[in-house]
Amino acid sequence: MTVPPGPEDPTAAVERAFREERARVLATLIRQVGDFQLAEDALQDAFAAAVATWPRDGVPDQPRAWITVTARRRAIDRLRRARATADRTARLAELARLDAQEHRPDADPPAGAMADDRLRLIFTCCHPALAMPARVALTLRTLGGLTTGEIARAFLVSEPTMAQRLVRAKRKIAEAHIPYRVPPDEALAERLSGVLAVVYLVFNEGYGATQGDRLVRGELCSEAIRLARLLAELMPGRPEVLGLLALMLLHDARRGARVDEHGAFVPLDRQDRTRWDQGRVREGLRTLDRALGERRPGPYQLQAAIAALHAQAPSWEQTDWARIAAFYESLGRLARSPVVELNRAVAVGYAEGPAAGLDLLAPLVREEALANYQPLHAAHAELLRQAGDRAGAADAYRRGIELSANDVERAELERRLAAL
Amino acid sequence: MPQYLLLMYQPADGGPRQADGSVITDPEDFKAEHERWMRYEQDLKDAGLYVDNRGLAGAEAATTVRVRDEETQITDGPFAETKELLAGYFLIDAPDLDTALEYAAKVPSARYGSVEVRPIWG
Repeated sequence: MTVPPGPEDPTAAVERAFREERARVLATLIRQVGDFQLAEDALQDAFAAAVATWPRDGVPDQPRAWITVTARRRAIDRLRRARATADRTARLAELARLDAQEHRPDADPPAGAMADDRLRLIFTCCHPALAMPARVALTLRTLGGLTTGEIARAFLVSEPTMAQRLVRAKRKIAEAHIPYRVPPDEALAERLSGVLAVVYLVFNEGYGATQGDRLVRGELCSEAIRLARLLAELMPGRPEVLGLLALMLLHDARRGARVDEHGAFVPLDRQDRTRWDQGRVREGLRTLDRALGERRPGPYQLQAAIAALHAQAPSWEQTDWARIAAFYESLGRLARSPVVELNRAVAVGYAEGPAAGLDLLAPLVREEALANYQPLHAAHAELLRQAGDRAGAADAYRRGIELSANDVERAELERRLAAL
Repeated sequence: MPQYLLLMYQPADGGPRQADGSVITDPEDFKAEHERWMRYEQDLKDAGLYVDNRGLAGAEAATTVRVRDEETQITDGPFAETKELLAGYFLIDAPDLDTALEYAAKVPSARYGSVEVRPIWG
C-alpha cells in the first residue's frame, strides 16, 4: 500500500481506510470479541468516530491501528451494556487485557497474526453448515468491499431480504458455535475446496448470467479474483488455488468481447479476439504456470489449461482442439459430469472430425436425464450439420430452440437452422 | 462448554439397516450393529463429551397434543408424517459445531438415516 504524498483530506482518508482496512480489522476484531455482529457494530462505531474526529485532530499515522483500538473499545462499551450476553464477564476481561497490552496504538499487530485472522474469516464465512447463498453473501459482505445493497442487486433479491440473510448467517455462527478458525490439517483440503467453490460461484454469478445490473456483476468477477489472489497469498503452495485464479483471469480477459454493442451475448467462436484483455491473459498464463509447477493437477488447473489454449489461439478454427479434448478427458476422470463429456465431444469433433464427436455424444443423447439440456441439443445439431446429416441437424436445432431460455441463444439457433 | 442435541432420524419403516440401506435381518448383523452403538457411546465417554442418550419407542406409540383456545386436542401419531422419524437422541458437550458435526457423522444410524445437530439454547 502506498501513502499519497502530502497531507490527505481527512474524509478521503476515512473512506480509504474503510475500503482498504475494513476486512483486515474486522477479521482480527471478530477473534478478539468472539462475535460477528458485535465486531461489525463496533467497527461501524469506530469508522463513525473517525469521520467525527479525523477532520478535527488530523489523520492518525497508523489508521488501521487507530481503527482497531477504537473498535475494540467500542466493543467493550457495547458488551458492558449488553447484560444478557453469554460469557460476558470472561469476554470483557479478555478485551480489557488486550487493551492494556497494546497501549501503543501506533503499533500494527504482526503481519502473520493478521493473515491468520483473515484466513479464519474466510473459512468461517464459507463454513459448510451455512447454506450456500449465505456463504456467498457473508463472504462478499465481510471480505469484499460490497455493500448489502450491491450484493442484493447482484443476486436479484431485495435489500431487506439480503440483509436478513446476512443477519441469519451471523446468528447461526453465534448460536451454533461455528468455530472461528482455520480447519485442522485433516479437514483442510476438503474445506479449502469448499471455499474455492464459493469464490468460483461468485465469479460465475458475475460472468454467466445475462440478467441484472451489469456494473455490479462486473464487480462480482473482480471480487472473486481479489478473493482468489488473497487466498493464493495467504495459502501458498496450493496449486488448485492458483488454478482457480488462473481460470478466472483467463475467462475475465474475454469479458469485454462477450457482449456486443447492443448488449447481446457473443459466443466464444464469434468473439472479436482483439478485444480480449491481454494483460489479464498474460497474468492468467503466468498464474497457471506457477500452479502446474507444483505438479499436483486438479479440476481448476485443468479448466484453466483449457481456457489458456483458447486464450492463445489466433482463431476458433486454429484452436488446439486435440489438446483441449485430452484435457477434458483428464477432467472427466477427476470429476465426471455430462457438461465435461459434452465439451469433450465438441473438442473431439473439431480435432478428429464430426463422426468421432458424434460417437462420444451418442450416450449423452440417449440419457433420459439430459433430454431437456439445451446445450446438448445445440452441440448435437452442430456436429450433425458438419457430418452432412441435414435432417438430423434440423431436428436437433428445433429441440434446442424449444429449450432455449433466452432470446439471444434462440435467435442464434434459428439463424443456424435457416442456414442449413 | 456448549451442548448439542444430536437428533437421530431413521426411515419410518423397518429397524436398523446396513450402510447400503437394506434392513438388517441376520442375527449376526444385529449383534454387529449393537456393538457399533456401544462403541459409539464409549467413544463419546472417552472423549469426555457424553451427557445423555435415549432411544424412543416407535412412532406408532406416539401421541401428539395441542392446546387451542384452552381446548386440548389429542391425535394419534407423531406431529408430522415424514419418511424419517425421530428415533432417539444423544446429548453431548462439544467445544464447537465442528466437533459436534464430527460426532454426528459417527452415529451408526447416520449411514442410513440422518442426524440433526441442534445447539442447546444459551
